[in-house]
Amino acid sequence: MKRKSRQSKWDRKHLLGLRDLSAEEITYILDTAVGFEQVSTRSVKKAPPLRGKVVVNLFFEDSTRTRNSFALAANRLSADIIEFTKKSSSVSKGETLLDTARNLEAMGIDIVVVRHGAGGAPRFLSRNIKACVVNAGDGYCEHPTQGLLDLYTIRKIRGSLKGLKIAIVGDVAHSRVARSDMWGMTKLGAEVTFVGPPTLMPGKVDGLPVKVSSCLDDIIDKVDVINMLRIQFERLGGNPFPSIREYSHYFGLTVDRMKRAKPDILVMHPGPINRGLEIESEVADGPNSVILDQVTNGLAVRMAVLFLVNQAAAEKTEH
Amino acid sequence: MLFDELPTMKSGILIANGHVIDPANGIDKKCDVSIVDGIIAEVRENIKPARPEASNCRVIDAAGKLVTPGFIDLHVHFREPGDEEEETIASGSAAAVAAGFTSVVCMPNTNPVIENETDVEYIHRKARQARKTHVYTMGAITKGLEGVELAEMGFMAQAGAVGFTDDGRGVQDPAVMLRALKYAGMLDVVVAQHCQDERIAGGGVMNSGYHSTILGLPGIDPLAEEAMFWRDIQLIKKASVRYHAQHISTAGSVELMRTAKKDGLPITCEVAPHHLLLTEELCAEYDTNFKVNPPLRTQKDVDALKQAIADGVVDALATDHAPHLQSEKELEFLAAPFGIASLECALGLYVKALVEPGILDWPGLVSLMTTRPAKVIGIDKGTLGVGKQADVAIIDPKARYKIDPTRFRSKSRNCPYQGWTVEGRVEKTIVDGEMRFEA
Repeated sequence: MKRKSRQSKWDRKHLLGLRDLSAEEITYILDTAVGFEQVSTRSVKKAPPLRGKVVVNLFFEDSTRTRNSFALAANRLSADIIEFTKKSSSVSKGETLLDTARNLEAMGIDIVVVRHGAGGAPRFLSRNIKACVVNAGDGYCEHPTQGLLDLYTIRKIRGSLKGLKIAIVGDVAHSRVARSDMWGMTKLGAEVTFVGPPTLMPGKVDGLPVKVSSCLDDIIDKVDVINMLRIQFERLGGNPFPSIREYSHYFGLTVDRMKRAKPDILVMHPGPINRGLEIESEVADGPNSVILDQVTNGLAVRMAVLFLVNQAAAEKTEH
Repeated sequence: MLFDELPTMKSGILIANGHVIDPANGIDKKCDVSIVDGIIAEVRENIKPARPEASNCRVIDAAGKLVTPGFIDLHVHFREPGDEEEETIASGSAAAVAAGFTSVVCMPNTNPVIENETDVEYIHRKARQARKTHVYTMGAITKGLEGVELAEMGFMAQAGAVGFTDDGRGVQDPAVMLRALKYAGMLDVVVAQHCQDERIAGGGVMNSGYHSTILGLPGIDPLAEEAMFWRDIQLIKKASVRYHAQHISTAGSVELMRTAKKDGLPITCEVAPHHLLLTEELCAEYDTNFKVNPPLRTQKDVDALKQAIADGVVDALATDHAPHLQSEKELEFLAAPFGIASLECALGLYVKALVEPGILDWPGLVSLMTTRPAKVIGIDKGTLGVGKQADVAIIDPKARYKIDPTRFRSKSRNCPYQGWTVEGRVEKTIVDGEMRFEA
């Protein structure tokens, strides 16, 4: 009853993926992030809502950008932050994921930001611990805050995603970013096409809310936004394309290709960039690129997420 | 010998008034079964009970019950030697006999692998000590299941191994498999295969398709199974040996099986209960109790398997009972081991999957759990024929109950059927004429 009177449009204490969320919930996070964006422009870049709360960055995979972004977001909300990085997976070295999380919980943490190599690991954690769980990337399942910051960046420039044509190019099969983008963008009304060689596409799959193409040249002149995925050499199994040279030839975002694109196309990339491979430097640094805006917006989005899950958890304990 | 003429020295059991189903002898009627000294003595109507003073002659009133040959499971993992915390031959045997299974076949992927006659004898010794059910074992096709060098199939066959398999994996190299098939041909034992091409399967952990895509989990394409099964069918034509495809799971494998049978090849196959009752979307919550290999497939595959069973294309139902500790299953879906423990609820599951929807009648079901699997491995069991070792199950076909893994005799609880209500309960199990289980 109390919760209703507060009129909160957000009552989830975990953010596991954008697949779970309604368009309204996604919009609510983005709207909340708008307020937090301003915090970063003030001379005192700090707000108090998470004061006295403990956030742990539990990272089982390498990350610089996302981990630092979450740490900074937590700092700006006045939370205490613990860094816990562990490169080995639970099977190879002693302690299981569950035991690790339970140990952290015993120290009295409030929010776990988790990155893990196994799809579903954050969902598994959320079922087994009391703290809030925020997914910072799980296997090739989802990377919801990346998806949110992509949505935020597009919405900020274009006002809305409704009716936009968006291409996501590259190694979709192994990309959690592609999946979170797919759910978020389509829920907000955009039309998404996955582009890449069939060896890097998710196979002949019915039911996904996207189109699939293996020809970038066919669609480069039709899209409003193009998101170039990083070639993740560490995830590629076998030899999905014959050479980097050939990959760049078909799927690289080159200056030449950009000449055929709409003049106001937004060029995005989740980073880190392989310059000259999936994207030429001149394009990455060019006038259509919003790659650094993405990073900036990521901070506001992550502040919003930490704020909202914490608030939902607080409301739940009041009942 | 007539039951009522028994000398008092002899022990006996008379199962009276039950409905006997013995597919091997075409019996499906109300009659009595008498057992003397561990052997089926008579199966007919109105066998006179033994003299009341003969206390070692027991009369069981089986009115309203089914009396069938004891069940045979061609595919169980009892984890001994090596993983006794998950299961032992003693705990697995107790589970088996409580579920009506009087013969089970252990898979050789233990630690160490069952790959010589000493290993085979070890299984048999443990089974004798447990004194619950008949425990057979298959031996490894290749040493260490590595798919490179042939294991000592001859010595293992002499020690009583009833077949060979590298179960858990398939033999990847076609040249090695061809060699194994040719060599096993001289031993008159079946070669069984877990069909899965590991290069196609990659590091998959569930069926590949829409669900694996949105869950972000690597998938196992049905082709991984079908490609190896197709390959093996070609190899068999070059050898003289019986071949058994273990736990087939896809509509494509069913088609291959149909063609192979039509062509008269010596090929048999088995189907596991989870591939008849569960589908891939159950993995959606990353519940690792649904992680099994071959993976849960689609409804289309389930329907094809059921049709194959209805058409007689499938030779055996086999649980692939694969016990794991809760702590092992309580992991990320990617990291948890494959396997479902289902031995103790097998009958109820089969009834639900096959009898309730009218795919099989009771004699049809009993046949796939007794005489037909016996033929696959070539053992003289699975019948109530006079003179045979008395392995008998007495079943209450109407008993409904809730599956409760916490009450399993098995050491493991990795059972996705928890809370399901099923029909058909084993009341008594007789092995070698001894009452080994009573509910």
